[in-house]
Amino acid sequence: MQFFGSSEISPSPPAPTASGNNAHMMYVFNRNGVCLLYREWNRPLRTLDAQQDQKLMFGLLFSLKSLTAKMDPTTAEKGNLGVPQLPGQGCSFHSFRTNTYKLSFMETPSGIKLILVTHPRTGDLREPLKYIYNLYVEYVAKNPLYTPGTPIKCELFNTSLDQYVRSIA
Amino acid sequence: MAAIYSLYVINKSGGLIFYKDYGSAGRMDTNDSLRMASLWHSMHAISQQLSPISGCSGIELLQADTFDLHCFQSLTGTKFFVVCDPGTQHMEGLLKHIYELYTDYVLKNPFYEMEMPIRCELFDIKLSQAIQKDSVALLSR
Repeated sequence: MQFFGSSEISPSPPAPTASGNNAHMMYVFNRNGVCLLYREWNRPLRTLDAQQDQKLMFGLLFSLKSLTAKMDPTTAEKGNLGVPQLPGQGCSFHSFRTNTYKLSFMETPSGIKLILVTHPRTGDLREPLKYIYNLYVEYVAKNPLYTPGTPIKCELFNTSLDQYVRSIA
Repeated sequence: MAAIYSLYVINKSGGLIFYKDYGSAGRMDTNDSLRMASLWHSMHAISQQLSPISGCSGIELLQADTFDLHCFQSLTGTKFFVVCDPGTQHMEGLLKHIYELYTDYVLKNPFYEMEMPIRCELFDIKLSQAIQKDSVALLSR
């Protein structure tokens, strides 16, 4: 749904880095930990029900962020472990890799967290995540029918996300 | 110019049994390093639960804004992890080598009690040699 003429999404999508279907799933959380979007493309293994899974994912990211903020070896002033920090404050992380998947993470200044889970050998996804955030701004944040903090039910966003993710991973 | 900032060894129940700092800013005190170790232990376990594919064995590499964290888990559940500069290469090899040193100089030490903090002089010596060799190799690259 585009209400404001033919506004172009900027920047233009980064060049495709892979072709195929290597993306597993995508999560979008807001700053309160509410899961705004969960999208799944290829997930053979489910250990928990959807809500528990989302809570666990948010908890993992939250704790990993406090771990990296405390571990940061380049600054002396780090505060105590586990003290909540504002988005952009302290040392954060952008991805981690296990033998079965790679998780790429981006947090915007407003506290929106974008998480993309892909094949472990996927390259750096920081730029693609920025582009996905652009899609979010264009199709969700600018949608007058969307109430902030509620699950995203915007077809245009979902289709463009599917299309884009298929082109990058 | 420190390529490697610190090294941690955690036992299978998440207790810190070895910690060495190689020049990170703002040294961590003992309590903090213990907390970090058990936090990492839990994060490692949770990452296995969230895997979309079966057979996940936990985080191997965490890429933060200012450092990389490489983790190696042995078959018995002991975890070794190093904090190094972003993009430092060949850390898997170094971790395997540290594991070898651990088996040779810690596990084969008759005075070492399993799962307890490591206090073995030979391990310390060999370890600092390995780390030094690694940073020399890094400088020459």
